Amino acid sequence: MIDAVGEPQSVLVLGGSSEIALATVEALPRTRLRRVVLAGRPSAEIDRAAAHLGALGIPSVETTLFDAADTGSHGAFVDGVFDDGDVDIVLLCFGVLGDQAEAEADPTKAVEVATVNYTGAVSVGLNIAQRLRRQGHGKLVVLSSVAGTRAPVELRLRVDESRFDAFAQGLGDALVGSGASVLIVRPGMVRTRMSDGLPERAHDDRSRSSRLSDRAGAAQRQERHLRTRSVAVPDDRREGGTSTVVSTLTPVAIGYAVGRWL
Amino acid sequence: MTVESPLMATDDDRLLTGWGRTAPSRATVRSPSTYDEIAAAIQEAGPRGVLARGLGRSYGDAAQSGGATVFDMTGLHRFELDIDSGTVTADAGASIDEILRAIVPAGFFVPVTAGTRFVTVGGAIAADIHGKNHHVEGSFGSHVVSMRVVDGTGHELVLSPTDETTKDMFWATVGGMGLTGVIVEATFRLLAIETSSMSVDTVRCHDLDDVMARMIEGDDDYRYSVAWIDSVAPSGRGVLTRGDHARREQLTRKQMDAPLAYATPALPSAPAFIPNGLLNSASVRAFNEAWFRKHPKSRSNEIHSIPGFFHPLDGVRDWNRVYGPQGFLQYQFVVPDEAGWIVERTLSRLRDAGAPSFLTVLKRFGPANPAPLSFPHAGWTLAADVPAGNEALAPILDELDELVAEAGGRLYFAKDSRQSPSMVARTYPRLAEWHSVRDQMDPRGVFTSDLGRRLSL
Repeated sequence: MIDAVGEPQSVLVLGGSSEIALATVEALPRTRLRRVVLAGRPSAEIDRAAAHLGALGIPSVETTLFDAADTGSHGAFVDGVFDDGDVDIVLLCFGVLGDQAEAEADPTKAVEVATVNYTGAVSVGLNIAQRLRRQGHGKLVVLSSVAGTRAPVELRLRVDESRFDAFAQGLGDALVGSGASVLIVRPGMVRTRMSDGLPERAHDDRSRSSRLSDRAGAAQRQERHLRTRSVAVPDDRREGGTSTVVSTLTPVAIGYAVGRWL
Repeated sequence: MTVESPLMATDDDRLLTGWGRTAPSRATVRSPSTYDEIAAAIQEAGPRGVLARGLGRSYGDAAQSGGATVFDMTGLHRFELDIDSGTVTADAGASIDEILRAIVPAGFFVPVTAGTRFVTVGGAIAADIHGKNHHVEGSFGSHVVSMRVVDGTGHELVLSPTDETTKDMFWATVGGMGLTGVIVEATFRLLAIETSSMSVDTVRCHDLDDVMARMIEGDDDYRYSVAWIDSVAPSGRGVLTRGDHARREQLTRKQMDAPLAYATPALPSAPAFIPNGLLNSASVRAFNEAWFRKHPKSRSNEIHSIPGFFHPLDGVRDWNRVYGPQGFLQYQFVVPDEAGWIVERTLSRLRDAGAPSFLTVLKRFGPANPAPLSFPHAGWTLAADVPAGNEALAPILDELDELVAEAGGRLYFAKDSRQSPSMVARTYPRLAEWHSVRDQMDPRGVFTSDLGRRLSL
């Protein structure tokens, strides 16, 4: 349970090596945190992340295999985590950054990217939503634009992200009254390992950043308009459903923003 | 063909919170109309389990259980007064409020009442509630003669504190927060009263030391005693009110026309929507000042009504809403006499946090009863209401927990919404003993609550 003063006890991270996820876990209050599960492909990064969180004094930090592309395994994977105890916060932070030229040259590569970023996220997202509903509480934090690093704006594979964003919004609406809620995080520019080596274009940054926040702002306004419930009770956290955090800059800044919301 | 969405809420789904309105969770709420229905539902319980809920006056997450089936017990509320034995036998869902309305005119009073009469009999036992007479007469469970409880296998047990074979289960259920079984009926002893009036002595005390000294010195002379403390004033000044049920000779001739008349005031409501932050330092300061001034400096043998003396806040319906949508919590601890300094420390640390306490109440407890999880122990108990939205609060309460634990004190489960499992393990030394009885009564772990999960009970 997340207690009356906002202290969570358990967190599941999908995309356990994600820098943003790690920064978010670090930004959470830790005095009641007793279990963190980092799920992802085996890697040096995920092991480092686990060691880092363990060193912060969190009593149980597990790493577990999760393959976003293997959708058939998602049900058993999610059950395995939830059967060991309620999960208060799920951070959905995985994704791959497709290479535009490579994807256009080799459609199977494009399918791989789409499978992980959209199909995989929808599959595991639904499995998690079902378990959150069953336990009657919990927060699903969706990093909508996981590859929203410094990818070229024109990358056509980004369509996955907008589809997934729409899916996450729908999930939040479906969960209203379930005790569980969805937070969609739409980061702007984030400088991470994933973005290393990608060109940094200052003028693009500015224009893209403003467009993103405009879009998010409009989405937020629209959401308030549509969901009269959230007007009557201004704190979305009580009613479930969807809330949005938009942030830019660094994984730490996003982690902080998400941590504050939770 | 349409498939029912597994994500959508069903008609029986409710988001439940405690009185503090923090940390909601969803449950399937059922309103059983027979004990058999409860037994059947327990036998069919799913992996999220079941829990009984009364009037939801526990402040935290004691009467909610995410994903579980929660029985709204208030539909089962018959009760019967036995004048000869001076007892009431009541369904667990019967409230102290409705019982008082029936028994006061007949010359009886409940053995223990909390600061609200909107508490069910089942809740009073499960939380082992205490009142202003704890220093003399103990907590509610000490006055229960027997109870019927449906255990985790769906069987009905009759438990009594004097029966060797059931007394361990009886005491595990008293203060057991609903986790040993569903209490469906209880018989408890009443107090015979001559009048429905209270004879009250009031004294305004200029600081906290004055309050505490007077309580140590004079509490034994009174059946009921409690002090209200001004949480805003650094002096910790307060108003001590003590009294007993008035005898007939204390009433005026006019009052003697109907010495046992009992009426509860009509309830004005708090406004339906109050924004966060309305209850700020300024408004709390003003309230505390007014509350202090409204009491006489010193007055003896004043006649008060039962609701006015015991249940002043019941006069405002939904007063818990004044804290706004982020809700509030009540920090209530007990510490032994020698650690009375923690009372002052708590008040000053809450002031440091800018966490204004609307109502702060201090009381001396008498000895504990045999229930392993019963809260009251001899010493000082302080209860302070604070808004949950205050970000400085969490670390300060953790710091105070440490002092309380170190001093051999503990927190009250019925008020708790944020302590840690390790705090419970440290401060309830008989937890293992309670676990073994609970496991015997509920071998499948059917009874679950958010409180139980959060604190690994």
